[in-house]
Amino acid sequence: MAGMDEMYQTLIIEHDRSPRNFKRLEAPTHHAEGRNPLCGDEVSLDLTLDAEGRIAEVGFQGQGCAVSRASSSMMTTAIKGKTVPEALELFDQFHAMLTGQPGERDALGKLVAFQGLSVYPMRVKCATMVWHTLKEALKQE
Amino acid sequence: MSEAVRAQFPIFARTSRGEPLVYLDSGATTQKPQVVIDAEMAFYEGWNANIHRGVYEFSERATLAYDGTRATVARFLGGVHEDEIVFTTGTTGSTNLVAQSFLRPKVGPGTWVLVTEMEHHANIVPWQLAGAALRAIPVTDEGELDLEAAGKLLADGPALLAVTHVSNVLGTINPIAQLTSMARAHGVPVLVDGAQAVGHFPVDLTALGADFYCFSAHKLFAPTGVGVLWARRELLAAMPPYQGGGDMIDRVSFERSTFASGPQRFEAGTPNIAGVIGMDAAIQWVLTEDRAAWQAEDERLLAMGREMLGAIPGVKLLATPTHSVGVMTFTMTGAHPHDIASILDSRGICIRAGHHCTQPLHARFGVPATARASFGPYTTEADVRALGKGLEKVRELFR
Repeated sequence: MAGMDEMYQTLIIEHDRSPRNFKRLEAPTHHAEGRNPLCGDEVSLDLTLDAEGRIAEVGFQGQGCAVSRASSSMMTTAIKGKTVPEALELFDQFHAMLTGQPGERDALGKLVAFQGLSVYPMRVKCATMVWHTLKEALKQE
Repeated sequence: MSEAVRAQFPIFARTSRGEPLVYLDSGATTQKPQVVIDAEMAFYEGWNANIHRGVYEFSERATLAYDGTRATVARFLGGVHEDEIVFTTGTTGSTNLVAQSFLRPKVGPGTWVLVTEMEHHANIVPWQLAGAALRAIPVTDEGELDLEAAGKLLADGPALLAVTHVSNVLGTINPIAQLTSMARAHGVPVLVDGAQAVGHFPVDLTALGADFYCFSAHKLFAPTGVGVLWARRELLAAMPPYQGGGDMIDRVSFERSTFASGPQRFEAGTPNIAGVIGMDAAIQWVLTEDRAAWQAEDERLLAMGREMLGAIPGVKLLATPTHSVGVMTFTMTGAHPHDIASILDSRGICIRAGHHCTQPLHARFGVPATARASFGPYTTEADVRALGKGLEKVRELFR
């Protein structure tokens, strides 16, 4: 199957090698940590929300497989500047795509690169783990 | 030679991810030959009944087949006594039985069990649950047990030595006869985890000198959910039952119950009858095969595979023990084992990635996770070449 190679080739490897926003924030307003025991992926996520409730700054650190690192990297660029409801809507669309559910895909942009994972259910968690961590972080008031 | 064995396994006519199946995960579970599938189906279709209860034809037949498998297993293990064979749920069920029934009653302050750094979690956690502390025989950089250290540790008085016959990660075949003779000199009983051994080479318990031997049927071409504990008669006789229920009793009243003698004392409840019948068929089949030829082919493919992997830049085998079954565990610079496994999977190549239930061993080698390819008697040269080709592709993607 060519889908897997393409997925790795087009996005994952670049983001795995040079992840965006791979940093710790000085004074984050929100923080959470996530873990995926299957691959031993670990992520630590920092967020700063501005006065209007937009995600002004985001940084992640951690280790794991290329899928999880690329997903973390791409999530940080995708949610930057978005409001919390916008970011959560993005996760809904992302999650629906990976689990083969019908629904809107219009907000996904580059994240559609992960579509090929939907036929590998064991690896879907690698891509969604950082998003679940985001949800956890945003629960804090 | 592998081709003749392979032809007896219907699964190899199937594809995976639309590609010809390249199954390199026999260390996790072996595939099943047609004779085993047929035996289990014949029981369910033709004479399914519970055992030790009915006096009608099917129940008698099921009882005879179930209990008759003890003789098959006893013969398979080199001619031990059939009343030393206990059916369990698998290797894990067997080690837990020994932990709760043999070890636990002896546990006091300072009781410890000697394991090795290469043990599977199933030969670590049960001893902890029984209340014992653990110490471990170190593994050398070559992936072998440090026997000098083993001697010193045995002299320190462990309650039990629990050691694997074959490492599920390194492939190492441990010198069990040597270890049991060292242990005997210090009066230490020995449990051997045979899960990775029985599918690869003949095991003769009359020569090994162990006190307990455990294996899972599903790693021996038989169904999942069945396993064996062999224990020396005198040890088994002194062990109290650890699960109560039907099938394991002599008499039951509200005042007190007495228990069956022999292995049945440890087989409470309706067992996996079809699984045991499948195991009988699997062992009968293995006994008709030329296992010397199996082992020679396993060694040849391992040598070929090690050479092939060694030639791929960035690929590093965890260790290359001298005496080993067909197992290759490796890492690749820049590629996470799960990414390696997924890229191979998309080509129909099945390997395993992770810690393979051996976190202490991975800590010993300083890696969180590895990729593992493991062979069976149906593994061919083409399978090994497909792995090599697949890994070249992974290398290319991650370069």
